Amino acid sequence: MSDTTSQILGFIKNRFPQAEISETDDLFSVGYINSLFAMELVMYVEKTFAVTIPIDELLIDNFRTAKAMTELIGRLRSAVAVG
Amino acid sequence: MTNPLRQDENGAEMSVIGVVGAGVMGVGVAQNFAQYGHEVVLVDLTEEVLAEARATINRNCRLSRMMGGPALDPDEILARITTAVGLDALAKADAVIENVPEVWETKREVHAALDEICGPDTLIVVNTSAIPITKVAAVGAHPGRVVGVHFMNPVPAKPVVELIPGVHTTPETVARTRELLAGIGKRAVDVKDSSGFISNRLSHVFMNEAAYLVYEGVATADAVDQVFRDCFGHPMGPLETADLIGVDTVLDSIEVIFQHYADSKYRPCPLLKQMTDAGLTGRKSGRGFHTYSA
Repeated sequence: MSDTTSQILGFIKNRFPQAEISETDDLFSVGYINSLFAMELVMYVEKTFAVTIPIDELLIDNFRTAKAMTELIGRLRSAVAVG
Repeated sequence: MTNPLRQDENGAEMSVIGVVGAGVMGVGVAQNFAQYGHEVVLVDLTEEVLAEARATINRNCRLSRMMGGPALDPDEILARITTAVGLDALAKADAVIENVPEVWETKREVHAALDEICGPDTLIVVNTSAIPITKVAAVGAHPGRVVGVHFMNPVPAKPVVELIPGVHTTPETVARTRELLAGIGKRAVDVKDSSGFISNRLSHVFMNEAAYLVYEGVATADAVDQVFRDCFGHPMGPLETADLIGVDTVLDSIEVIFQHYADSKYRPCPLLKQMTDAGLTGRKSGRGFHTYSA
């Protein structure tokens, strides 16, 4: 598991200590994670990993799993590196 | 009597909307009207609060599609919103929506000033949780144009509002308000003037009693919220909801309802007071009944 993924899982577990979540678990199929938490995830990812997520990437699917968030961060970083 | 209305590119009439108070509700109201093409003037007491409001609107527009709403261009929405310190900027508004804190002295001062600044045809909408509309309308010399609309939070995402005429509100004011609301996709549920109307009279009793369950040690906040979500099927429990609204705001509203009815069934839970004193006001402070990340 990448450092980024484990950092993201740490954040989620800190908020939902009773949750058992793996990097590929769908966060939104777990009842108590709602759209308000999705908003927190966006803020967390942007702040912690110093990325700005463009509007067309602000989709629930990009935040559905810790793995999807890690991939999103990877894409944004490589876009910056190339650009 | 009609107000000078502006037209959008499709010929639809677009009025200038004044929004007083750039807190959670004011920001939502401003964004919602701007989304539908209205020119909005958003006022508060300081430039700092207004800058924060613009940042919040920018963020909420960015996240709109992800939250199940329409895709929004933050720059386009913000271009329709002018911000200003003080109420004088509202002189040209066709309708003013007031969203100041649920504190009578604040409401009284704002409505006394609005009554002088705004022309007699300007619609004055009170977005209040629990203060009776008739009482607010009595502050100015034109109670016929004052009406209550209780918007739900988050405003752009909630299609239904409570519409509350005061004793002196004219039928024309009610009709204009209904039309204005329909124009931004809102359906109005009619309620007679009272304290707390339908939604807050019920929701605040739930939140206050839920706080008592925690205060008395009968159950944890998690347990109370679980019963609401998993047994009643509500999307959120009452204490999560209190954290979202702000524990201090919930306390203000239940105080207003308690004072109004002078009925002990609305007595505010001491835990709400202690949490407010301690700054544990919910999501906005990072901790309330539940803990949130900074």
